[in-house]
Amino acid sequence: MTDHIPFDVEQLRELFPILKRKVKGKDLVYFDNAATSQKPQSVVDAISNYYSTYNANIHRGLHTLADEATAAYEESRVAVKQFVGASSHEEIIFTKGTTEGINLVASSWGRANLNPGDEIIISTLEHHSNIVPWQMIAEERGASIKVIPIDDNGILDMDAFKKLLNAKTKIVSIIHVSNALGVINPVEEIISLAHLNGTLVMLDGAQSVVHLDIDVQKLDCDFMVFSGHKIYGPTGVGVMYGKKALLEAMPPYQGGGEMIKEVTFEKTTYNELPFKFEAGTPNIADVIALKTAIDFINKQGKNRMREYEETLLVYATDKLKSIEGLKIIGDVPNKVSVVSFIIDGVHPQDLAILLDNQGIAVRTGHHCAQPLMKRLGIVGTTRASFAPYNTIAEIDILVSALHKALKMLK
Amino acid sequence: MAETKSITELEQVLIDDFSLFDTWEEKYEYLIDLGKKLAPLDPSYKTEEYKIKGCQSSVWIHSAYKDGHVYFEGDSDAIIVKGLVSLMIMVLSGHTPKEIVDAPLDFINAIGLSSHLAQTRSNGLRAMIKQMKLDAAAWGS
Ligand SMILES: Cc1ncc(COP(=O)(O)O)c(C=O)c1O
Repeated sequence: MTDHIPFDVEQLRELFPILKRKVKGKDLVYFDNAATSQKPQSVVDAISNYYSTYNANIHRGLHTLADEATAAYEESRVAVKQFVGASSHEEIIFTKGTTEGINLVASSWGRANLNPGDEIIISTLEHHSNIVPWQMIAEERGASIKVIPIDDNGILDMDAFKKLLNAKTKIVSIIHVSNALGVINPVEEIISLAHLNGTLVMLDGAQSVVHLDIDVQKLDCDFMVFSGHKIYGPTGVGVMYGKKALLEAMPPYQGGGEMIKEVTFEKTTYNELPFKFEAGTPNIADVIALKTAIDFINKQGKNRMREYEETLLVYATDKLKSIEGLKIIGDVPNKVSVVSFIIDGVHPQDLAILLDNQGIAVRTGHHCAQPLMKRLGIVGTTRASFAPYNTIAEIDILVSALHKALKMLK
Repeated sequence: MAETKSITELEQVLIDDFSLFDTWEEKYEYLIDLGKKLAPLDPSYKTEEYKIKGCQSSVWIHSAYKDGHVYFEGDSDAIIVKGLVSLMIMVLSGHTPKEIVDAPLDFINAIGLSSHLAQTRSNGLRAMIKQMKLDAAAWGS
């Protein structure tokens, strides 16, 4: 275990080549980690190593390169299984990201299980990708969507949730950690309440997997989805975890090669798990590099990185609060290293432009959560999201850059 | 006299103005100042009908037609974008539909702002220009 080794941010930064670059003549300050994290050199190398030394199509070839590529691809599945605590590698389906994972469940599970009058519960905090796929399948199946309300700080109204659960509630699909605010939802309680009601739960883990310890068996969630690119891995790869019995009962999502056992023009039999849900040649290179990203996290220690992120969060929260007119949305104890804020009379877009000119990357706008912004009565926020390669000095740069921007806008 | 200047001449005036600035700060302060000084848009035009939805901010453009010339007014909820609205109005307002439709509008690049405006935001600018040209074309037809 690495947990006892003191955290050395400078050493960690050395692993991320992009952190050396300049933006507009200034050292890059990258505070948009919730949108996508940067990649360590090992991940970049894994991709290029695959293409330069053992590129081949997997599962079908009977030659050395195909064997090597297949082995690496399947090793990645095992790494993911261990990373999230699944009971079998068959429960790990590779997708292109969180969005595809949610669409897969909504479409495949939804088509087979939702009937007219059924209800789906989501929350006000959802990212659009956990809203729209459910709206599409709800419309198709005559089901309806119920929304858990929140308070002004983004805390779920659990009493309201309990009241929403009823005999018609088939699934709760909920964001584990809010991308817009960083707030951690009480998913353990949500899952146990839902299960008491005979309702399934899917977690959108896009923002949680990189920060929190995840054990899908302990959580007892029925499905969980996340994206590789937010956990130091490549874009274009993600994971859908599902309990085996559920996955076995679900119809395939897409048809094609890889997902079949036998095809005749009269009838096709489907391949077994996990291949049933992976039609066509998958994103081999990025799946393989996802394992490298997981190795990176395991080597650094998630808890060790999270502890350091906490210090960044506490420091940033404190410094930002001292700026006149600045209000943090989601200033709650139970959150990840994300600070989302608004400033009286200042449009977030103006801030983003003026910060970008000072080499700082933050995210502004609605964060793909327009219903949340509407509930909060704002057009958007400015969001600084921290990774373990960020520093206290960078937060100081952000704070003075904000002061400068505000002076210019006055 | 401004009304005798062509669009190209007005663009040149802005290019000359901006060339006096050495730093991005000065350019943006000027733009912010233009945004603040932009004549207010009649609230009855601040509606969905006149709104150009950008990525993050909204722009409203209203045009009127008088004696063969198109006159623009506009607004934005973000001040830097409002400065851009002001620049576009300075250059385009008071010209004939044909002049507006044909205007190349290269000055944005020439004043060195586009390099500072990230892609998503220049898309908003493109949408604004497109709408102003569409308005002009409608008046001219
Ligand atoms: C909470 C949440 N859900 C879903 C997504 C969508 O992820 P992706 O675009 O990688 O599919 C994101 C990414 O921004 C997110 O933060």
